[in-house]
Amino acid sequence: MSVHASPSLTFESPEQGPDSQRRCVAVCMGTGCSSSESALVRERLREALVEQGLDAEVEVRRTGCFGFCEQGPITVVYPEEVFYTRVKPRDAQKIVEEHIVGGRPVEKLLYKDPLREQPVQKWHEIGFYGKQKRILLGNCGVIDPENIDHYIAKAGYQALEKCLTQLEPTDVIEEVTKSGLRGRGGGGFPTGVKWGLARKTPRWPKYVICNADEGDPGAFMDRSLLEGDPHSVIEGMIIAAYAIGAEYGYIYVRAEYPLAVRRLRIALEQARERGFLGENIFNSGFSFDLQIKEGAGAFVCGEETALMNSIMGERGQPWPRPPYPAVSGLWDQPSNVNNVKSYAYAPAIIRNGADWFKQIGTPKSPGTAVFALTGMVNRTGLIEVPMGITLREIIFDIGGGIPHGKQFKAVQTGGPLGGCLPEEYLDVPIDFDSLQAAGSVMGSGGMVIADESTCMVEFARFFLKFACEESCGKCPPCRIGSLRMLEILTRITEGEGRLEDLDELKRLSKGLQRGSLCGLGQLAPSPVLSVLRHFEDEFRAHIVDKACPARKCKALITYEVVAELCTGCMVCGRNCAANAITGEKLQPHVIDPELCERCGLCYEVCNFDAIVIKSPR
Amino acid sequence: MGTHNDAVDLSLMDDVFREYEGQRGALIPILQKAQEKYGWLPPEVLNLIAKKLGIPVSKVFGVATFYAQFYLERRGRHILRLCDGTACHVRGTPILLTALEEHYQLEPGETTEDGELTVELVYCLGSCALAPVAVLDGEVLGRLRQNMLLRTLKKRIDLAKPA
Amino acid sequence: MINLTINGESITAPEGATILEVARMAGIEIPTLCHHPDLSNVGACRMCVVSVQGARALQTACTTPAADGMVVDTMSEDAVETRKFVLEMLLTDHPNECMTCEVNGDCELQDLVYDYGVKWPEHNGQRHQWEINPDPNPFIFIDRNKCILCSRCIRACNEIQNRDVWNFAYRGFQTKLVAGADQFMLDAGCESCGQCVAYCPVGALYDKMSIGLGRVNQITKVRTTCSYCGVGCNFDLNVRDGRIIRVTSAADAPVNGMALCVKGRYGYDYVHHPDRLTRPLVRAKWLGREAVEERIAAGEWAIFDEAKQRLTHRRPPNDAQTPIPNTQYPNTQYPNTQDLNTQLPPDTFIATDWDTALDVVANKFAETKKKFGGDAFALLASAKCTNEENFIFNKFTRQMLATHSIDHCARL
Repeated sequence: MSVHASPSLTFESPEQGPDSQRRCVAVCMGTGCSSSESALVRERLREALVEQGLDAEVEVRRTGCFGFCEQGPITVVYPEEVFYTRVKPRDAQKIVEEHIVGGRPVEKLLYKDPLREQPVQKWHEIGFYGKQKRILLGNCGVIDPENIDHYIAKAGYQALEKCLTQLEPTDVIEEVTKSGLRGRGGGGFPTGVKWGLARKTPRWPKYVICNADEGDPGAFMDRSLLEGDPHSVIEGMIIAAYAIGAEYGYIYVRAEYPLAVRRLRIALEQARERGFLGENIFNSGFSFDLQIKEGAGAFVCGEETALMNSIMGERGQPWPRPPYPAVSGLWDQPSNVNNVKSYAYAPAIIRNGADWFKQIGTPKSPGTAVFALTGMVNRTGLIEVPMGITLREIIFDIGGGIPHGKQFKAVQTGGPLGGCLPEEYLDVPIDFDSLQAAGSVMGSGGMVIADESTCMVEFARFFLKFACEESCGKCPPCRIGSLRMLEILTRITEGEGRLEDLDELKRLSKGLQRGSLCGLGQLAPSPVLSVLRHFEDEFRAHIVDKACPARKCKALITYEVVAELCTGCMVCGRNCAANAITGEKLQPHVIDPELCERCGLCYEVCNFDAIVIKSPR
Repeated sequence: MGTHNDAVDLSLMDDVFREYEGQRGALIPILQKAQEKYGWLPPEVLNLIAKKLGIPVSKVFGVATFYAQFYLERRGRHILRLCDGTACHVRGTPILLTALEEHYQLEPGETTEDGELTVELVYCLGSCALAPVAVLDGEVLGRLRQNMLLRTLKKRIDLAKPA
Repeated sequence: MINLTINGESITAPEGATILEVARMAGIEIPTLCHHPDLSNVGACRMCVVSVQGARALQTACTTPAADGMVVDTMSEDAVETRKFVLEMLLTDHPNECMTCEVNGDCELQDLVYDYGVKWPEHNGQRHQWEINPDPNPFIFIDRNKCILCSRCIRACNEIQNRDVWNFAYRGFQTKLVAGADQFMLDAGCESCGQCVAYCPVGALYDKMSIGLGRVNQITKVRTTCSYCGVGCNFDLNVRDGRIIRVTSAADAPVNGMALCVKGRYGYDYVHHPDRLTRPLVRAKWLGREAVEERIAAGEWAIFDEAKQRLTHRRPPNDAQTPIPNTQYPNTQYPNTQDLNTQLPPDTFIATDWDTALDVVANKFAETKKKFGGDAFALLASAKCTNEENFIFNKFTRQMLATHSIDHCARL
């Protein structure tokens, strides 16, 4: 493969290129699959190939995340793209013997869609991938993230070369601005405009900072991207640095992401070796380097000013803007902070042009959105979809709907600073503005599905508790106000709520939104407000009827034995640590609500469904 | 790593200071490295870091307590996280605690005198079906009973002298 | 210069000033808690929020630079409601003890709560229960329950005194003001200058020596110049019933502003100390026999105890009608005036008047100069003297005593 004239864009040895017709077994080595022994799968595959004498012909490739983490470890056989799920180390031999040698895909490892009868063979035929459009994640699951040649073979660093050899910095900014790319950290601020502001400040040095402090519980978009395609982020940062005139950069990664950090380190080293980082890149006279800064466990450091304080070795507390980072950021110098995904789009935009990008998604929010789809949905995992797709398409077409035939109740986006939307909003097209108008936010990409068994009051309480624990403590509205809100919500879930509490929650929310210093405090009430807006009846049930409609809040439920169904097998009584269940053998048992701790164990162990959870109403 | 009563060996920090010499904003990575070496952040080390970096102790302490990653109390070489979520609580966590107290004189949050074992109480590990649950050094131990827990601890951890 | 509008009023202001500074220059008050003109701005307390036309959210006036053409409303509904909310939140974690609080009537929080008509918020939620006065520092009293985490003490210690004793530790509602690594102040490098107390807007930090002695409406402030050294710091003596109960910084002090050292702020107890010398003491042997007899009869004498480097003295007659036994020299309790020169201890001092004392000094100077010449003298000037006094001292040394041996205590 020949790419331009630059020596650094050719392979040291051409056969290292990933997309030759050579047979390849790709094993996901993302965090999810690694924790279920995918490393051992890879090892066993190698051994099996050696045994068959095929190790020279068939490559066993480590790749990043395929997104379908729930079905991990994932293994894909290229070029036919046969998609194996839940692969155990002992399955390696079978894959090699039956598929590689015998040419018959191993049926028992194929994905069995709960909605279809036939197992699905190919990657892109799986419903989970049907409506996806993978730009950012395009290389994830395809290339070896620890091999820069794989990235280069996928047109990697071509955009950088184009920038440095053909474009002026202002051209780069113009192109990105024209593309309409909006910041993927959740704010949706136009990335090109942001770069332009940083460029305009006539002070040097300037810094380029990548915000990879993904702290939402249950969100792992940035992690997967860094693990699966670290060079795209690095290339994007170099392009941004060139555009704004920065010489140095930082990637601020959560310390809880050891694999992402390791992959980044390897990628940085390789990029330096090839001269994409360092002095005089592409002989353009432009020099740039960057380093990794590991976070130390503080959600608030996802806020850009807090993040910069943390890089400087301070307590991760935000400062009021102005001064904006573009004017005075890291060490009081002009700085540009973008999310991982925002940087990773840049190479594709430069390579394919702004017009290409604009035709994806919606006019006001072009491009794709990456979500970590979790919760009560059949298929969970990491997805990338074009903006403008509806929530319904994501939840029911990609996610395969709600498991166990239960009813969909709400979708939560934006993590602890986002909101919940009920069924009526399922046909809202997803983009920055429409989600906000509906009372939620795009956020950085967490998407949690709640079904009828989810108590929305408890759900709101959970997110608020998180925000409360992660408050930095600098400003009183967030430091104290979030606690006061949490106290009220806790009281309601414990059946001690009063109707005035609803107005009080709204009043406190307003106070936090209006008065807090940073986004954490301003947005912390969002989950509560959206639940109040769309599920007020659940609040009222907790307060007025002392009932939890989802039968989740312990203080508001009782466990009871249905006498007609009880066989008197005594299993429940033996398991009850509180000795709350009494009854003679073969006679219906009784649960004493005074002694019952509501652990739910009797409900779990009863073989006759004779125990029910009751809540008033 | 030394045993619990050893004085803190400050020379372990020499390499760390060398690595970050002259770097701006190195406090957090230095604290991270220090915790890697000692398992926690002893006061002597905080003082040393302040002295070496020429910054006030109050700042080092303020930063170290801000981030959830840092431990300012000594933790054992082995960490036993005992779930006291409701399910586990009613299924016998208190009895397990009694056993730990009897055999190792340990209460939640404490560490054995030889620095081998720390017991932490957590709220719901999400494995309620296996209640009572504990996690010993990352490994889930389910359906625990007193003798089972003590046996596992004895086997896994070279405790000086379990009574 | 820039032009902007605040509350409908056009204002011309220098470039680079914050909205708060511009407003205050124009006589428009914006409330603050964490702001202090001497300190850097952190925008933490949210009291100074104002509405700026075109801005997405409320802006903190203390950190936002005023810009040309800006339209600011300091009393917009959003701003006022936010201030009320902030005050209410602070009160939900503040003890309701203004009645017994040392700073009652001199508390920025109390004033703002009053001005904004915030009601006492009853609730059953969490409140901090920190130990009161946990630090053995002899001068500084701490009550963290009253602390509003404005960080003024931290910045005062860091930016003015450069001691960096204070910082915040932990985070969120658990945030705690700590000295060093949550140590005692003195172990954390504190030199007890009391700057932190001076900048505390509430009663969280207070002067320990003044606890229970009087509050702002019970005292008279008397501006004075510090007598400890030649810097010339000014401060206010807080006087109640003729006694100094406290020293407070005077923001308008020309030399030092709010800054004081431990001696200036806390070294005032000598004023009312029973050991204080109020009259000159002269060695008995330099006085005439008659004067000594008279003073001893009045009980006004003292013996210098070299071992203890301290004067054991008799009170003036009104304080000591009955002579007090001299414990140092029990056998010489009422010296026999007949045997003055033999029985009186050699270092007995006699209280006298200034004329007598100065006469003794002048005579000795003259005598010494005549006998040994000017070089027998060496003089040490004091930092406590004014420039004029030191000028005279210099003249006196070189012209009257005729020696160049003059130095200054600051060299020591």
